[in-house]
Amino acid sequence: MRPADRVLGATLLAAALFGLSFLDAARLRSAHEPALKRTEELVTRLRLTDAVLFTEARYTRHLSQADLHSPFQDHPVALEHFPSGSLLPPPRALLKRHEALDREAAPSD
Amino acid sequence: MKPWIEKQHHLIDFTAQSLARRKGKSLGLLVVYTLLVFVLASVSLYTHALRNEATRILAGTPEIVLQRLIAGRHDLVPPGYVERIGRIRGVQKIEGRLWGYYYDSVLKANYTFMVAADREIAPGEIVVGPALERTRGLSEGNGISFRSYSGELHTFIAAEVLPHESELVSADLVLMNEADFRRFFAYPAGHYTDVALWVANPLEVRNVGVKLLDALPDSRPILREEVLRTYASIFDWREGMMLALLSAAILAFGIFAWEKAAGLSAEEKREIGILKAIGWETGDVIAMKFWEGFLVSLLAFLIGYVTAYLHVFHFEFTLFAPVLKGWAVLYPSFALTPQIDGLQVATLFVFTVLPYTAATLVPIWRAATTDPDTVMRS
Amino acid sequence: MLELANIRKVFNQGQHNEYWALKGIDLEIPPAQVSVLKGPSGSGKTTLLTILGCLARPTEGRVRLNREDISGLPERFLTEIRRRTFGFIFQQFNLIRGLSAVENIILPGYPGGTPRAQLLARAEALLADLQLAHRRDAKVEWLSGGEQQRVAICRALINDPEILVADEPTANLDSKLSAEFLLILHRLAESGRTVILTSHDPLVVESAVVDRVYSLRDGLLIEVQHARRAAP
Repeated sequence: MRPADRVLGATLLAAALFGLSFLDAARLRSAHEPALKRTEELVTRLRLTDAVLFTEARYTRHLSQADLHSPFQDHPVALEHFPSGSLLPPPRALLKRHEALDREAAPSD
Repeated sequence: MKPWIEKQHHLIDFTAQSLARRKGKSLGLLVVYTLLVFVLASVSLYTHALRNEATRILAGTPEIVLQRLIAGRHDLVPPGYVERIGRIRGVQKIEGRLWGYYYDSVLKANYTFMVAADREIAPGEIVVGPALERTRGLSEGNGISFRSYSGELHTFIAAEVLPHESELVSADLVLMNEADFRRFFAYPAGHYTDVALWVANPLEVRNVGVKLLDALPDSRPILREEVLRTYASIFDWREGMMLALLSAAILAFGIFAWEKAAGLSAEEKREIGILKAIGWETGDVIAMKFWEGFLVSLLAFLIGYVTAYLHVFHFEFTLFAPVLKGWAVLYPSFALTPQIDGLQVATLFVFTVLPYTAATLVPIWRAATTDPDTVMRS
Repeated sequence: MLELANIRKVFNQGQHNEYWALKGIDLEIPPAQVSVLKGPSGSGKTTLLTILGCLARPTEGRVRLNREDISGLPERFLTEIRRRTFGFIFQQFNLIRGLSAVENIILPGYPGGTPRAQLLARAEALLADLQLAHRRDAKVEWLSGGEQQRVAICRALINDPEILVADEPTANLDSKLSAEFLLILHRLAESGRTVILTSHDPLVVESAVVDRVYSLRDGLLIEVQHARRAAP
């Protein structure tokens, strides 16, 4: 086999897979369509406003409903959703105090 | 035309053989390069699809949600508010919403408690989101105790679990009837969390918003378009953060690739000298090197993209999900719908293939223009 | 037929180490014969060879190939003429390591766009002609000196050139291999190719295979000897 053909063959195969990924995307899109429709209806029926992406704090859980100044109010490990917040651990003192409270308040079930 | 193709085929032969001769180095480069494309493509495919999915399903959100603010903080809507809104022209339908948060100290997770607007739930029963089913083992008929804000434990029976397919908007929900909700949170009678309203004419939404602000200066109307805009832009932030993290890796790769591509070894310089002496033109040598840079980067792009596609849309973004999910305890598990932006893919292609190809060509330019007689003088 | 008229070549022109390697050379290389450029190192014979083989341009003077002035042509055309008309054998052989014998041989055929099958067939024929067919797929770094040189000869002949140019071809060979090499040159000249070599090896210069010897010293042609060709 000619040396170039091995490289070109690999490239062609990769290109074919690349093309296939778009076909697969189209297939998944039409397969997901009914579920997306039902979800949209659920949103309408329940009057929901936000996606459940970040549940750590109320202003991340309901991004669109949040007021402008509310870090560290809902959960001891709640961090602001701005990039710096995601990179820093929560304040140690705060975490400690809440952990103790958590234990005392935990139901016994 | 035919000799031209044949010639390029020859040049690729030579390139393929040079790559094979430096097998370890070439493979290492390809792997690192592919990995980089994989990471970039994963983040970009995921965030784009998520943005699309969120804006698509949140299109059903109420046209306006009216909050009341006190000193910059969200407060309850007092009785009488709903009636005052009803007098504003253009408002078609008004509903007080009742919802709030509950911190579950067992899981250290936050739930969203809500009064279901679309169904009657029997007293003492709840309808839960799929994340609760997963993390608390709540299935139909199971009971769960929550400590209410007055300190006492309330036990609820899970009557139903919301469908898994809608997890992106319902994972952490706990739905109950109004009486249970008010009792559990000791919610003052006649008060609401906020007010959802619909407008008869969609073109009038902004005007109605302005009228609401005039009539109720302590309120904050949130329009549907603002909700959608929030979700259309919020992942740009997240994406920006990922890219900030990645930039270090990209930089490292840049140095590595530059070193590999730009620094010609003595052996390669000697080879170029030989090729020129036996009749290759400067252009032939450059074309040969172009194929090397182009094929390596094209292959890395294609493999990296395809694996990223599989990772995001068939394996739920497993490797990077923790980064995007932040510090949350509960998060939805969902299969994203592949919405692929051609421009985004093209940008990725340009930013991965072009720089490397260029980096291979820059040094070759000088080496390739050396006089062919240099071989005889070494 | 190659003709040189008043060839002068300078290195590092205008700098403190300016050096005239050739100081005005006129000569004619007869077709289908073996010509040798002889002289001590620094005499300018390699420089002259690079000019004869179109690897370099003279600073002054004219190079005529088959009565056509080629010294003024742009690089592209010159490279093409060089590729079609000349085959080169270098002192260090200059084979590309890591490639097999046959892959090395077909390299000069790449830029012309000749189909690979055709190039391979030609290479096989040349290898067979030089009794090297069994080493076809061996990597060149595993070949002996003599074998490497024969691969270099095959490579020089792959484009079927009119003129074969060799720089100090016997410098890395023992007497037996040198004699074999000269025999090969003789056969090539007999088949109509012009052969030009540089050498200070007496074995070459005094060989019966050689038709003409040009002696150089200090960048000047000092003597031209015509030898009568006899069977070695």
